[in-house]
Amino acid sequence: MINIFRIAVRNLFRHRRKTLLSSLLITIGVLMVVLFSSGAGSFKTLMIGQITDASLAQIQIHKKGFVSSIDTMPLHLNLSPKAYKKVKDILDKNPQVDCYAPRIKLGAVLSNYLETTNIRLNAIKPDSEIRVCPALRERFTFKGKPPGESLIKPGEIIIPDRLAKGLDIKIGDTVVVVAHNKDGSVNGLNFTVAGIVETLLGPQGKEGYIHIKDARTLLRIDRPEVTEVAIRIKDFDRLNAVYSDIKAALSEYKNPRGKPIFEIHTWEKLSPFHNIANMIDLMTVSMKIVMIAIVLISVLNLMMMSVYERVREIGTITAIGTPPAKVMGLFLAEGFSLGLFSTLLGNTIAIAGIYLLNIYEVRFSFGRMENLLLSPSVNFSELLWVSAIVLVVSVFATLQPAYRAARMKPVDALRHV
Amino acid sequence: MSLVEVTKVSRVYQMGEVEVLALRDVSLSIEEAAFVSLVGPSGSGKTTLLNLMGCLDRPTAGEITVDGQKLNDLNRREAANFRGRRLGFVFQNFSLIPVLTARENVEYPLIMVMNRPRDEREKAVKEVLEAVGMWEMRNKRPAQLSGGQMQRVAVARALVGRPKLVLADEPTANLDFKSASMVIRLMRKMKDNFGTTFIFSTHDPRIVGEAEVIYRLDDGKLIGTEQNSGRRQNND
Repeated sequence: MINIFRIAVRNLFRHRRKTLLSSLLITIGVLMVVLFSSGAGSFKTLMIGQITDASLAQIQIHKKGFVSSIDTMPLHLNLSPKAYKKVKDILDKNPQVDCYAPRIKLGAVLSNYLETTNIRLNAIKPDSEIRVCPALRERFTFKGKPPGESLIKPGEIIIPDRLAKGLDIKIGDTVVVVAHNKDGSVNGLNFTVAGIVETLLGPQGKEGYIHIKDARTLLRIDRPEVTEVAIRIKDFDRLNAVYSDIKAALSEYKNPRGKPIFEIHTWEKLSPFHNIANMIDLMTVSMKIVMIAIVLISVLNLMMMSVYERVREIGTITAIGTPPAKVMGLFLAEGFSLGLFSTLLGNTIAIAGIYLLNIYEVRFSFGRMENLLLSPSVNFSELLWVSAIVLVVSVFATLQPAYRAARMKPVDALRHV
Repeated sequence: MSLVEVTKVSRVYQMGEVEVLALRDVSLSIEEAAFVSLVGPSGSGKTTLLNLMGCLDRPTAGEITVDGQKLNDLNRREAANFRGRRLGFVFQNFSLIPVLTARENVEYPLIMVMNRPRDEREKAVKEVLEAVGMWEMRNKRPAQLSGGQMQRVAVARALVGRPKLVLADEPTANLDFKSASMVIRLMRKMKDNFGTTFIFSTHDPRIVGEAEVIYRLDDGKLIGTEQNSGRRQNND
């Protein structure tokens, strides 16, 4: 076998320029796929991380019907204390759940005493929220607040950056928040602006934050009801499995009409970025298809020419007794070696490229998010997949020429001019 | 029993709608350790007969037996196996593999056909390359060798598996007379050293005289057989 590969490699370098040209094409294909999937993968991971760790959380549970009415933030679709307890019981029993946090979501009017505007508020329990969304603090700009201190205290409000800029609100200012209660009455509370929150992509990306106790006071909610329960799981790769487990447990609870009480969604259903992520995956697949075409055409062309140019030589080696299987093996080894050399070269250049991209930081803006840092990393399973695809396609492309060589009659091949 | 038995062999080629009779009813018998020449003008059927004896082609009619094996019955794989283990070939245009050195060219049949272990291969290759006087040039590639040197390597490759029969189709056609004589003398020496039967085709009258037995072919027919014992004695 080693000897077959040794001869195959020497045959490849018989026409160096032609071989290097084909190899270069394959190398570029591999490079393109690895760099794109690494860069796009990094972007996807960054965005998903931003969305799940700094805003939405990985999974959310609501009362049935809330998500379809999320634009109006209906208070009558809050989870009652009894329903919330059921949810807590289910989550406490699931070993894959790392932590969870209750939230009340409300629409209100914000005033700086000069101007008013609408604001969507996320009322949180800071200690739980920071565990579910560990990157939330990074979105906040505080003035003089020590890093270890609670995200938000009763009486404080975090204002979205666009609103703060529009109303010229600064940290330390006092504002009034007025909200409709469940019964239709209106209530208002004064808040001190404790910080500014950076806008993020998605439905919760433009919301302000207050303490959950203030929300209950503002909305005159006597009982500890919540709008949603945000969940973080231990292993993000097992998201769908954990989602299914919790969904199955929740589905046991039905209202008197036999309809489910709860609804559960992963971040994918809640954020429009999921569609972008799908498009990125689709583009990666498209790149792989282009790469397969490049490999197929390059190897097939090179090997067909190789067989055509070496008919007499094939006649000689067949005449001296080389079995057809070994003749075929010789050409398959050539195709395989070409693919192996090219994929190793492509992967090496791609790894070097990724390394350089990490040294010379690439920053970009996406929507309203600015100064995002692209940190592509080498995904070794992706490298293995790409290499395997190239090798399989190289061998596949060599099959026809190799079979043709193996089927040649020595007497005809020796007569070939 | 003869090493090669050719009995009433004919070979017809279909060239479009025309049938070409390349060999007509040829019968001959060649003993072991013979040094035989097939002589005739171009198109007389020399190469066709060599191809049939070398199991590279099948006769349209008749029967060929080599070393006790009826060649008519062999399938592709069996024919390849038979050629690899019992026969050696020398071609007009040397047919060395250009990417391999002289040593590797000679070693090739032992690796690809006979699957011999490395130490056995090294010993056999050294022995034949020394016998043909090419051991010093063993690391040269074909492009670095002269025509005569390439044909000596080709002879070594044909002999390395110790076949009983070596078939050489116009082995001197691409060589000058000096190199051609040297190659023929080398083949005779190998025949004497290893007891191998050599059958070579030629139309060069100066080379023909080196053969012990001469079969004359013309228009696909065997037209004469000559014993050349006098020349052989002179050479000895």
